[in-house]
Amino acid sequence: MKILVCPLNGPRPVSEFAYGGEVRPGPDPDTCSDAEWSAHVFNRSGVPAIKYEWWCHLASGFWFIAERDTLRDAVIATHPAEMGRRPLPPRGAP
Amino acid sequence: MPHRLLRFGLSRKHPEPRMFTRHENLKPAYDVVIIGAGGHGLACAYYLARDHGIRNVAVLERGYLGGGNTGRNTTIIRSNYLTPEGVKFYDESVRLWQDLAVDFDLNLFYSTRGHFTLAHTDSAMRTMRWRAEVNKHFGVRSEAVDAAFVKRAIPMMDMQCAGHAPIVGALFHEPGAIARHDAVAWGYGRGADRRGVEIHQQCEVTGIRTRGGRVEGVDTTRGPIATQRVLCAVAGFTPRLLDMVGLHTPISIHPLQAMVSEPLKPWLDPIIVSGSLHVYVSQTARGELVMGASLDPYELHSTRSTLEFAEGLASHMIDLFPFLGEVKVNRQWAGLADMTPDFAPIMGTTPLEGFFLDAGWGTWGFKATPVCGKTMSHTVATGRNHALIEGFAIDRFEHYRLTGEKGAASVGH
Repeated sequence: MKILVCPLNGPRPVSEFAYGGEVRPGPDPDTCSDAEWSAHVFNRSGVPAIKYEWWCHLASGFWFIAERDTLRDAVIATHPAEMGRRPLPPRGAP
Repeated sequence: MPHRLLRFGLSRKHPEPRMFTRHENLKPAYDVVIIGAGGHGLACAYYLARDHGIRNVAVLERGYLGGGNTGRNTTIIRSNYLTPEGVKFYDESVRLWQDLAVDFDLNLFYSTRGHFTLAHTDSAMRTMRWRAEVNKHFGVRSEAVDAAFVKRAIPMMDMQCAGHAPIVGALFHEPGAIARHDAVAWGYGRGADRRGVEIHQQCEVTGIRTRGGRVEGVDTTRGPIATQRVLCAVAGFTPRLLDMVGLHTPISIHPLQAMVSEPLKPWLDPIIVSGSLHVYVSQTARGELVMGASLDPYELHSTRSTLEFAEGLASHMIDLFPFLGEVKVNRQWAGLADMTPDFAPIMGTTPLEGFFLDAGWGTWGFKATPVCGKTMSHTVATGRNHALIEGFAIDRFEHYRLTGEKGAASVGH
């Protein structure tokens, strides 16, 4: 069984968590063009990489950020959600 | 060892014809390069050569022929979709399937079984009626049936599903069928090969050269190729290919797992799908039960298998068929599904001239193999999208014109 380390609850089985997609800073809706906005709404970075992702521990309703390698399914680190307020340090290819 | 077999083994030039011609080297240029020797890529090559007279075609495959999702799916063929675009498109595919074995001179084990999508709630039953009406409107044989009809057709199923999800009815789709998936890739591959198409296996594309917004060539691990037309039909590798040409799509990759039981005497004729129980199952000509469930819940570019999947699927199978508790699982595997947010594919021309896309086939691509080949070969040959694929264009997201097909996905993802 895969274990994810929740910053609040510690190591828990992955079945207790929900995946919330990549952490993606959005464009400013007041100033961006229609094309930029629709690209933000729909398009995703589909290539394998080490990505920052939203995860939620369902039992406690706690959202946090995980750094995960989407090629090897390895979680490198987990961080409290507050990390998403600042620009995230860049991560490269897996 | 029999003398004849020994001679065959030692002979340098094989006395019996091979399925495909082996090409040692790539030519410096082709009229069309198809990336991906799965069912879709090979079907396009076949129809390009047969119907459009374009034979100077190379199909490049990084692994082996039909080794991706063509060889990993659960082989269900149906056209009981929800949107008019979807129903018309898949119905054409089901019609093409019927004659394919004769076209190929190869047995595809195409077997019409009837397809039940079980409804366990009144709201599911409403969706079944909706789908049945859309289907009938386009001349596709589907009907909403009650629990008694289901019971008669599948007497060995537990209609109460162990008490947690009693079956109230189903969408019955008579033309639902299964086929031998490897044979589909081989049939299209051999047909294309005989018409002059070159299939190059173990040849990975490392880059796509463009100039002034159009395609100029393809770089591979076996050298560069000049070409003005490229078709990308690589399923789970689509984002990596699109990255090479700077195109963006909503495609996200999730593994889809499946498993197969030990062979049993024939007892299950129809194909059974339950969205609520996340199960689809059919029995092959060899007697194995081929079973699948929903996607893995998060993005991953790996075909690993998990125990959680096998456990969850087995428990739902036992809800439907309690006597399977004694039956063993033989194999488990996964494919990489290229998912789109509206559960419809992304097909046709792209903003890059000469670059064509056949992608976003997620968990529903096998049944569409023939019609994808037909429509994509037309699109590649003429440079304009075939009428049947207009609803699947890459620019539909930009205009918020999605083709909502989620209600017809085999299981709730």
